[in-house]
Amino acid sequence: MTLTETTRERAGTLFRQHGALVVLGVLVVAGTLAFDTFLTPANLTNIATASSFLAIIAIGMTFVIISGGIDLSVGSLFVLGGVLAAYGSQYGTLAALALPLAVCGLFGLVQGVIIARTGMAPFIVTLAGLLAARGLMLSLTGEGATTYLVEDETFAAIGQGSPAGIGYPVFVTVAVLAVAAVFLQRTGFGQNVYAIGGNEDAAALMGVPVSRTKIIVYLVSGLLAGLSGALNAARLSSGVTILGIGLELDVIAAVVIGGTLLTGGAGGLTGTIAGALLLGVIQNLINQAGGLTSAFQQVVSGAFLAAVVIVHRFLSRRAAP
Amino acid sequence: MPGRDAPGSGAGTAGRTAGPVLEARDAVKVFPGVTALDGVSFSLDQGEVHALVGENGAGKSTLIKVLTGVYRLDGGEVRYRGERAEFGSPLEAQRAGIATIYQEVNLVPQMSVARNLLLGREPRGRLGLIDFAAMRERATAVLREYGIDVDVRRPLGSLGLGVQQMVALARAIQADARVVIMDEPTSSLEPREVETLFAVIAGLKARGTAIVYVSHRLEELYRICDRVTVLRDGRAVHTGPLAGLDRLRLISLMLGRAVSEVRAEGLTKFAGHHDSAGEPVLRAEGLARRNLLRGVSLAVRPGEIVGLGGLLGSGRSETAKAIAGALPLDEGRVSVNGRAVPGGSVPAAIEAGVVLLPEDRKAEGIVPTLSVRDNIALAALPRLSRAGIVSEAEVDRVVAAFVDRLRIKAAGPHQPAGELSGGNQQKVLLARWLAMNPKVLLLDEPTRGIDVGAKAEVQALIDELAGDGLAVVLISSDLEELVEGSDRVVVLREGAVAGELHDDITEDGIMAVIAGGGHG
Repeated sequence: MTLTETTRERAGTLFRQHGALVVLGVLVVAGTLAFDTFLTPANLTNIATASSFLAIIAIGMTFVIISGGIDLSVGSLFVLGGVLAAYGSQYGTLAALALPLAVCGLFGLVQGVIIARTGMAPFIVTLAGLLAARGLMLSLTGEGATTYLVEDETFAAIGQGSPAGIGYPVFVTVAVLAVAAVFLQRTGFGQNVYAIGGNEDAAALMGVPVSRTKIIVYLVSGLLAGLSGALNAARLSSGVTILGIGLELDVIAAVVIGGTLLTGGAGGLTGTIAGALLLGVIQNLINQAGGLTSAFQQVVSGAFLAAVVIVHRFLSRRAAP
Repeated sequence: MPGRDAPGSGAGTAGRTAGPVLEARDAVKVFPGVTALDGVSFSLDQGEVHALVGENGAGKSTLIKVLTGVYRLDGGEVRYRGERAEFGSPLEAQRAGIATIYQEVNLVPQMSVARNLLLGREPRGRLGLIDFAAMRERATAVLREYGIDVDVRRPLGSLGLGVQQMVALARAIQADARVVIMDEPTSSLEPREVETLFAVIAGLKARGTAIVYVSHRLEELYRICDRVTVLRDGRAVHTGPLAGLDRLRLISLMLGRAVSEVRAEGLTKFAGHHDSAGEPVLRAEGLARRNLLRGVSLAVRPGEIVGLGGLLGSGRSETAKAIAGALPLDEGRVSVNGRAVPGGSVPAAIEAGVVLLPEDRKAEGIVPTLSVRDNIALAALPRLSRAGIVSEAEVDRVVAAFVDRLRIKAAGPHQPAGELSGGNQQKVLLARWLAMNPKVLLLDEPTRGIDVGAKAEVQALIDELAGDGLAVVLISSDLEELVEGSDRVVVLREGAVAGELHDDITEDGIMAVIAGGGHG
């Protein structure tokens, strides 16, 4: 192993782990210089709150992608969770939270069981989940015509309250992140997720409970999508039915920009959070600039995603074949 | 597990009286179309090293997989420590104390060395969370015992194959195993690492651990194994002490041929030297690549087999890859029949008539899901088509000719290549390149990991091809093969030519050059 190769290897790892964070820092500096209104407490908490819904789902997605899978159902589960939360809120705060978690968790569980036990491709199974969850949501809302309003004040406060100017969703995100990070990095379960994504056959031979780990991963992803949907419903005071189309792709983009490899086996949660915030900052800057439609954000995000993948590919390429 | 005694306590003969620690009785395993195990009985005693040998397809891998819970038996039973055992998964077998080291390193390349080594038994700190500092410390200490000094935080995949194999070994053994099964453990090790491995095996044996040792390298078996079981066509044809078993007798048991026949034909199938007059067809001059090659030159005449000797990492494979255009060069040139071949381009090399049979059949050659026919035709398709339309009849004809000529044993041309034995896969690859009408054939470890019988056939084929006027470069870690197969041997050391042997090629001579004496 030569010096240059090691340096390149290290540069690749560093970029993968912290690239999103660095770019995030650069964008924040650029935003501060360009717009007086950017680096204000109000705007920053705004970005944080707006990003938290995506970030919560992305945390679950990080587990899925590190395990070598993909979960396309999260966008649909996010909307379904919102509708169920608004519907459940007429029976109290607990129902508003428990209903989406139970149903979305069940979706994730069933998908996980199918993927783990039959060996079917996660892409297909969760695509079916995407369609099924959206169909269920539409049938609950009369083809999307009915919008349930949040009836419960306490539940609405979870989405709208902002102690010290910071919205509750941000606190929830931080809490979810902390728990998830401990599980991913410091428990046997987390090690198993990495091992399965890295080399599933080897993991099985090393004694990793492959099926169980996969099931848990999709369960967690479903639960977090439901939680995020519920929080969003609380914030909007209603179960809006037209959201979440294509959200799964934004989530995957955040995870990949954050340095998690789509091939599985490597990645982490700090990157994912940086990736989610990065998408939020790009959106915010485009809004601030005015003149550009918010759809332009997708162009920028897409270009950035491509850049990340290319740079990573370049840095991780071996010096010799 | 109550009453579980420490692995070290039952050492020596005390444990042996208790009967075999692991046993298969009349084991039957049937796959669609094949009976892989046809009533095999196998028993393993405490503290013994038991060799398991046989040709590819004899049932060794299947037997191992049955013993370790990968496959379920279709008949018979497995007994572990005197009781009937039904392991539902490798995990269960591992928990019960049966550790397995597979031929291909079965670890997770993206994860760090420490994580790979300790996956599933990470040292825990407060709240049952993984203690990373302790993990690094323990991993470093464990590997040092195996003579490996690496930064355990690095991804395993960034290290050499030998090191990876030792990590796999260390991982398997630190789980206090009663039985350790090693499937071709030395195939990617260097001689020094092999010695370390043998020392580890001796230590395990002294502790009373039973070892199943699968290898094609007979010298190794005779060095470290106590008993041997020979499998042939899914049956155990012989079990007994290895000491006193004649080497030729062992080979004849594996092949199912008479001793006299083996003796008459020798251990390798090379006929001897060829007439190799005339101008070299292949000339490689001053091949250099940073860190890998430092000015290697080589010339091969038509009909000549030139062996490339040297240790793992000496630049043998890299030289072949460079000639075949698969390794970009910093300096140096390759020419065929006096015409320069543009470097760094595989298509250009193929166009010039240079083809490479790579070392790693699985990763770099065979497409397992494609049929034998398609695998053979793959590279030659452009030649077999007119205006981009492939002539099926022409493909069939070419494939049939090569299946016949190379004696490829397959159920038919449409059998997926992945289902063939290693030796036949190698022949399929050979056929693929021969279909290109090459002038120069580069063979990187053409007989590694294939059984004795197929090995002899491949060697005979190489001989034939040279006899037909092909220029052959042969890379092999098997010195015997190099000595008997080559007309000349060029020995590499640290990316440069260290010496060359012409008329009097011996194993000792090659080793002397590798070691830095003699012809340097």
